[in-house]
Amino acid sequence: MITVFEKPKSLTPAKTHYCPGCTHGIIHRLVAEVIDELGVREETIGIAPVGCSVLAYNYFNVDMYEAAHGRAPAVATGIKRVHPDKVVFTYQGDGDLAAIGTAEIIHAAARGEKITTIFVNNAIYGMTGGQMAPTTLIGQTATTAPNGRDPEVQGYPIRMSEILATMPGAAYIARVSVHNPQEVAKAKKAIKTAFQVQLERKGFAMVEVLSSCPTNWGLTPLKALEWLKDNMIPYYPLGVQKAPEEVKA
Amino acid sequence: MAKVLMKGNEALGEAAIRAGCRFFFGYPITPQSELPHYLAKRLPEVGGVFLQAESEVAAINMVYGAAGAGARVMTSSSSPGVSLKMEGISYIAGAELPCVIVNMQRGGPGLGSIQPGQADYFQAVKGGGHGDYRLLVLAPASIQEMVDLMGLAFALADKYRNPVMILGDGTLGQMMEPVEFPEMLDPEKLPQKPWAAQGAKGREPNIINSLYLNPLELEDHNLKLQAKYTQMAAEETRSESYYTDDADIVLVGYGSSARVCKAAVDQARQQGIKAGLFRPITLFPFPKAEIQAACRQAKAVLTVEMSMGQLVEDVRYNLEFRVPVHFYGRAGGMVPTTRAVVSKITELVQEGGRSA
Repeated sequence: MITVFEKPKSLTPAKTHYCPGCTHGIIHRLVAEVIDELGVREETIGIAPVGCSVLAYNYFNVDMYEAAHGRAPAVATGIKRVHPDKVVFTYQGDGDLAAIGTAEIIHAAARGEKITTIFVNNAIYGMTGGQMAPTTLIGQTATTAPNGRDPEVQGYPIRMSEILATMPGAAYIARVSVHNPQEVAKAKKAIKTAFQVQLERKGFAMVEVLSSCPTNWGLTPLKALEWLKDNMIPYYPLGVQKAPEEVKA
Repeated sequence: MAKVLMKGNEALGEAAIRAGCRFFFGYPITPQSELPHYLAKRLPEVGGVFLQAESEVAAINMVYGAAGAGARVMTSSSSPGVSLKMEGISYIAGAELPCVIVNMQRGGPGLGSIQPGQADYFQAVKGGGHGDYRLLVLAPASIQEMVDLMGLAFALADKYRNPVMILGDGTLGQMMEPVEFPEMLDPEKLPQKPWAAQGAKGREPNIINSLYLNPLELEDHNLKLQAKYTQMAAEETRSESYYTDDADIVLVGYGSSARVCKAAVDQARQQGIKAGLFRPITLFPFPKAEIQAACRQAKAVLTVEMSMGQLVEDVRYNLEFRVPVHFYGRAGGMVPTTRAVVSKITELVQEGGRSA
C-alpha cells in the first residue's frame, strides 16, 4: 500500500474545536507540514494565544505554552533566550497581536528576536463573540460596532505587517491568504520561509494570514471566503513586505 | 570567602548569580535600579542573559517563558512595577513555574514616592493577582540576609514549582553592609526539570499552561495548589525571636521596620521594660506557631510597619486574638524612628498592656 496523504507528525490526533468553515485548521496544518519538512518537530516550542486558537497546544504535537492575552512574543523571547538553538513560534490572532499585545509584538520585532510569528487576521474577535477587532474593516459590523465600524468613532483598522516591515530587526514579513488552493500553496511557502529565516538566525519573521470567520461574519463558509477576497485583500494587500536579499531573489 | 561592602540591590544581583540564575528580565524603576545595573554587567560575564524589556508586563511574561523552558530566572521591580506584573505572576503560579521576583517596596498608592515603604504586604502575601494562589514571600532585614535568602528563594521555587517573592524595601536596596557570598552554584549541575518545554525529543510534548476548561479539573488543580501551600506552612516558616522569652511587650515587624524595632527593644530593656521582638522572615507562610510561642508571656503586642496597618491583620489573626495587638505605622516613605517606637512601648506599659 502506498501512502498518498497523511496527517503531519506535528499535529496531534485531537479533533479541533474550530467552527465549520473556519480556516484555522488549514493554517495549523500548514505550520505542522513546515515543521515536519524542516525536520525540527522535536526542537520546536510553540506558544498559543488567547482567542480562538487558545487550545492550539492540544493540536500541535510539539512542546507548547499557553500565554496570557497578547503576551506570546514576550513568552517566546524568554524561551528563545534560554534555548537559542531551538525553534520558537507564536500563533496569534488579531485581537491578541494587534490590540492587547501591540507592545509585545512591536518590541519583539524591534529586538530582532529570532522567532517566527503566525498572525491570523480574520478582522473580528471570534472566541468572545464577534466583537470589533483592531483589524475590523470600515463599515464591517461587529457585536460592539452594530452599525459598522465608523472611523469617527472607532478609528481605522491597523495594518500590522506594514508597521512591522519598517523595523530593522524584522527579517521577513509577508501577508498571505487561504481563500483558495493557490493562495494556500503560497501561504505555505511563506510560512516555510519564516521558519527558515529563524533557523538561519536572520531576525524576527512574521506571516500574516488572512483568515475567514463564517460564524461571526454571519456568512456560509464559501461566502466568507469570497468576502475575504473582495473586502480584506483590498485593504490588506497580499505579498512579501520585507525579506532578506537571498529570499527575494 | 572574605566579606565585601556592598549595596543591597547589588548584593541581591550577585547572590542570584551564585544561586545559578542566568536570566534576568526587567524594566527600570526606582529604588531597585542598581540590581538591573549590576546584572547587566555581571550576567554576560557568566554566560547569562540580561534583557531590558519594553514593560513590566513583558518582563514577567519573559520570565514565564524562561521558567517554563527550565531556567533559573528572576525579575525585580518596585511597587508600581510589581502591580503591573501581577497578571503574569498569576499565570506563573497557575502553570506552577519556579522563579524569583524581587519587590523593593516604595511608598504608595499610585505613583506614590520613591522612598521606602511596606504597603505592598497584602499584595505579596494574599496573592495579588487574580485567582487562588500564593507566593512564597521572604522578608530579609539585612544585606547578608538578602544574600542568604536569595539562594533559599531559588531552592524553594524549584522545590514547590512556585514563584517566590523577596519583599524588601527602598532602605534595604540602598544601604550598604559587609556581606559574605556563598560558593557559585553551577546551573548545569542543578536537578533536571523533566516537565519543562525544551523540545519534545523522544517523549510526548510538555505543555506549560494554566487553562482548565473543565471545572472539575480546575477545582482539582486548585486543590493541588492549596496542598502545596499547606505543605509550605508545615515546612518552610522562618522567623527570628529576640528577647521574647520573658517579654511583656512583643514588637512585631519585618524588614527595615524590624531593625528599628530591635533598637527600640534594646533601649526599652535599658529602661527596665521587658520588651522583645518577633520578626517573621517568611511572610507567607506566616510563622504561626512561632509567633504564638514568642507572645505566650506577652501582655501586649505592638506591630510596627511602614504602612497604615497590613501586617497587623495577620498578627491578630495568627495570635487568634488572645493578646491585645496594637499598631504603629508610618507611610508615604516615612520610616519609624526608634524614639517613636520606644515612646509607644512606654505608653503601652503605662496602660498596663491592655486594650487594643
